[in-house]
Amino acid sequence: MISSTATVPAPEALPKVKTDLLPLLLLPAIALAALPLTGSFSTWVTLTFAGLAMGMIIFIIASGLTLVFGLMDVLNFGHGLFITLGAYIATSVIGRMSGYVESPSLVRNLMAVVPAMLIAMLVVGAVGFVFERVIIRPVYGQPLKQIMITMGGMIVGVELIKVIWGAQSIPLPLPAAISGSLLFGDAAVEKYRIIATVVGLLVFAVMLWVLSRTKVGLLIRAGVQDREMVESLGYRIGLLFFGVFIAGAALAGLGGVMWGMYQQTITPEMGGAINVLLFIVIIIGGLGSVGGCFIGALLVGLVANYTGFLAPKVALFSNILLMVLVLLWRPQGLYPVVKR
Amino acid sequence: MSEPLLNLKGVHTRIGAYHILHGVDLQVAKGEMTVLLGRNGAGKTTTLRTIMGLWPTAEGGISFQGESIASRPTPEVSRRGIAYVPENMGIFSDLTVCENMLLAATGAKRAEDLDAARLEWIFGLFPALRKFWQYPAGLLSGGQKQMLAVARAIVEPRKLLLVDEPSKGLAPAIIQNMITAFRELKQTETTILLVEQNFNFARQLGDQVAVMDGGRVVHAGSMAALAEDDALQQHLLGLSLASHQ
Amino acid sequence: MILRRLFSGDLPRSRVLTAVLVATFFGLLLTPFLFPGAKATNVAAKICIFIVLVASFDLVLGYTGIFSFAHTMFFGIGAYGVAIALSTLGPTWKALAIGTGAALVVALALSLLIGLFSLRVKAMFFAMITLAVASAFQTLASQLSAFTGGDDGLNFKVPDVLTSNVSFSEHTIRGVALDGKLLCFYLVFAAAVLLFLIMLRIVNSPFGRVLQAIRENEFRAEAIGYRTVVYRTCSSVLSALFATLAGVLLAVWLRYNGPETSLSFEIMINLLLMVVIGGMGTMYGSVVGATLFIVAENYLQDLMKLASNGLSSVSFLRDLFHPDRWLLWLGILFIVGVYRFPAGIVGKLRMKRPAKV
Repeated sequence: MISSTATVPAPEALPKVKTDLLPLLLLPAIALAALPLTGSFSTWVTLTFAGLAMGMIIFIIASGLTLVFGLMDVLNFGHGLFITLGAYIATSVIGRMSGYVESPSLVRNLMAVVPAMLIAMLVVGAVGFVFERVIIRPVYGQPLKQIMITMGGMIVGVELIKVIWGAQSIPLPLPAAISGSLLFGDAAVEKYRIIATVVGLLVFAVMLWVLSRTKVGLLIRAGVQDREMVESLGYRIGLLFFGVFIAGAALAGLGGVMWGMYQQTITPEMGGAINVLLFIVIIIGGLGSVGGCFIGALLVGLVANYTGFLAPKVALFSNILLMVLVLLWRPQGLYPVVKR
Repeated sequence: MSEPLLNLKGVHTRIGAYHILHGVDLQVAKGEMTVLLGRNGAGKTTTLRTIMGLWPTAEGGISFQGESIASRPTPEVSRRGIAYVPENMGIFSDLTVCENMLLAATGAKRAEDLDAARLEWIFGLFPALRKFWQYPAGLLSGGQKQMLAVARAIVEPRKLLLVDEPSKGLAPAIIQNMITAFRELKQTETTILLVEQNFNFARQLGDQVAVMDGGRVVHAGSMAALAEDDALQQHLLGLSLASHQ
Repeated sequence: MILRRLFSGDLPRSRVLTAVLVATFFGLLLTPFLFPGAKATNVAAKICIFIVLVASFDLVLGYTGIFSFAHTMFFGIGAYGVAIALSTLGPTWKALAIGTGAALVVALALSLLIGLFSLRVKAMFFAMITLAVASAFQTLASQLSAFTGGDDGLNFKVPDVLTSNVSFSEHTIRGVALDGKLLCFYLVFAAAVLLFLIMLRIVNSPFGRVLQAIRENEFRAEAIGYRTVVYRTCSSVLSALFATLAGVLLAVWLRYNGPETSLSFEIMINLLLMVVIGGMGTMYGSVVGATLFIVAENYLQDLMKLASNGLSSVSFLRDLFHPDRWLLWLGILFIVGVYRFPAGIVGKLRMKRPAKV
């Protein structure tokens, strides 16, 4: 292979860098498969946008979960708490700004919604700070205790939410300019769903930018692969993990606000109810992969909406079936992270 | 003799129920290459990992530049100027060669911040790295990955390099390349602690040698002396250089 | 001597614990007479059933170190087995036997599958998958309404001799009628005691000791020569079977079963709280945990109502102590328990002054 007299290795042809786009193709594949089944094009459009919006929201929520797991093998079974808390805080903020929300002007609506989102993210991030230090840090490396204690954290957190806001469900109507649908020919697409899709894409783009263009992002990508080596290079990965956890919590809070607006009602159980869905998404995507999480979330959103329309009885089943099928194809998820 | 750069005294390491290091005494002199030899399972890798703080020191002391670093957190040990090239190389395969190097340069925020002159020097030692600069490190061959691992350790000047079996599994020509690179590195007065099983490789580079067996250092002295003493080699390593040409 | 054999050599080892256990035993035994009224008997029956369920959970979590969210699924399988059998085949003992048998077979098959799967994946992954499976099962139960009665569940009759239709005597003891309902209660009680003692036997057998060795250090256990795969799978299957039997008891007692009654995530959480607060890996912890939890669930609220009313001037404090928020306090107890008292109340009691054995 190599000439034995050379002091420099013989030049090798530059290998082709293969970008793995196959999983990405699953999305249009599923969408197109559903088209003939739904019968009418306009219904398909509505469902597809609903699925994309839901998928984007789930992505926003699950992205933090998958990175945290990839970095430190910590699975927060109480992630749902951040979702619920975000929704409730935003509801309180919006509740005090009813004038802005009811106004037909989009700008005034946004003046209520955007601060609500930001405040929700901030508060949930702070709760995440406390959660990581008090609940998670003491049980690093002990998976059983982690499962139990994060669940305990969620139980206590949800009960506290009930103490503060009451145990009944609270409506969260969409602001005036965002509610209602746009008509594309026959197809009605809810305005909110378009906005949610755009926000989701933005969040994804920002995440990709941070991961590929900043040193912190580099550290995260490296840490997911080989934690020990990152430490050996001189970085305090505990601190990095702390930051990622808080960011993940804040994102979950944002997702909670958006999820609450998607369903137009919030309950103390709303976070816990989608726990299963979150796990399905991160398993499908590959634990620790943001790209995989994105595709996984969109797949789950689309499948949930298509089957919700075509065969409502098997809706939850369909996502588990999807997970099983994906794992049969790629047992480590769509974009597995190569660990040392 | 001047104060050794790195000084281990009576170091014991336990991992779970296993007692691996049984009182290691080791001195690494500044500006020289000390080679740590020994059979499989003698405790060489464990010694390096203990120095790095990846495993806690159960007993004994480790001092670096006169200050104790025993059981300090790994990032802190690294920041004192110690670079570690592990046995499995620790390459981040999803990251490009450039990104791997950037990570190792704790002072740099972006690729542009890397010391261009130093990079040129590294490319001179390992030309393949220049060629694969933008490629995911996972695509490199075994030998190239090893070069990257060493390059990472020297992308910024370090006071001490801990290198674990750099010649393992490499083709002879690549090994020769490695030897040349290490020779050049030694000329920069970098202190190196090298773990090796390949005595031939070690003999060409080492100034001092320490032989480990059963979790202890059983012999320490100059490499030249050991290289000339076939009987001692036979006794310590179960081989003699004469029969390994 | 007899006592030792009865408890398989696993004595409480603490005076206080022994007292608690004895009190609980007699409390449950005599509930119909000591605490008259349907509610008390209901609570006592529920405690008996959950002691079995929690003990089976302790077997797989506390003794073997496997965390499976699918445990309530087996509870549901047992309950639905009986419910479906008695609904479709009529309230006969034969139907009961068929229902129980079918449930056990299904549980055996599923637990074998799940148990073998658990060994190929990491704990976190396994937990997530079992959560998904349990969810799917719950959905299945509420969707296949033709079969399972859907969300409304199934109401059915049990053999007559277990109902108040049959009376054994005209006399009453302390105002309590000696009828089939009472018999049913003692049947549940006796079954629970029996099942508990069997589980105690299992964890103190050589099999049980190997389980504990595996939990402590799987690597070492393998090195010594134990096929950990076999032991862990056996343990998963056994615990599932006992959970199924607990489900059978539940259905027989309630004469009703629905997705919320035996499959809900809430039950899973309750189980977790019970096993941790009581004490993981102790068996007796299930008795303490189940009793404490279910009594609290039903009676603590009254206590909290008092506290809440007393604090009615400070609305936040009042909400904090509102009887509906009893789960908050148990949750805090649970978190503290996981951190500092993994062996729960039983462990804490045993640490104090151990009784002369």
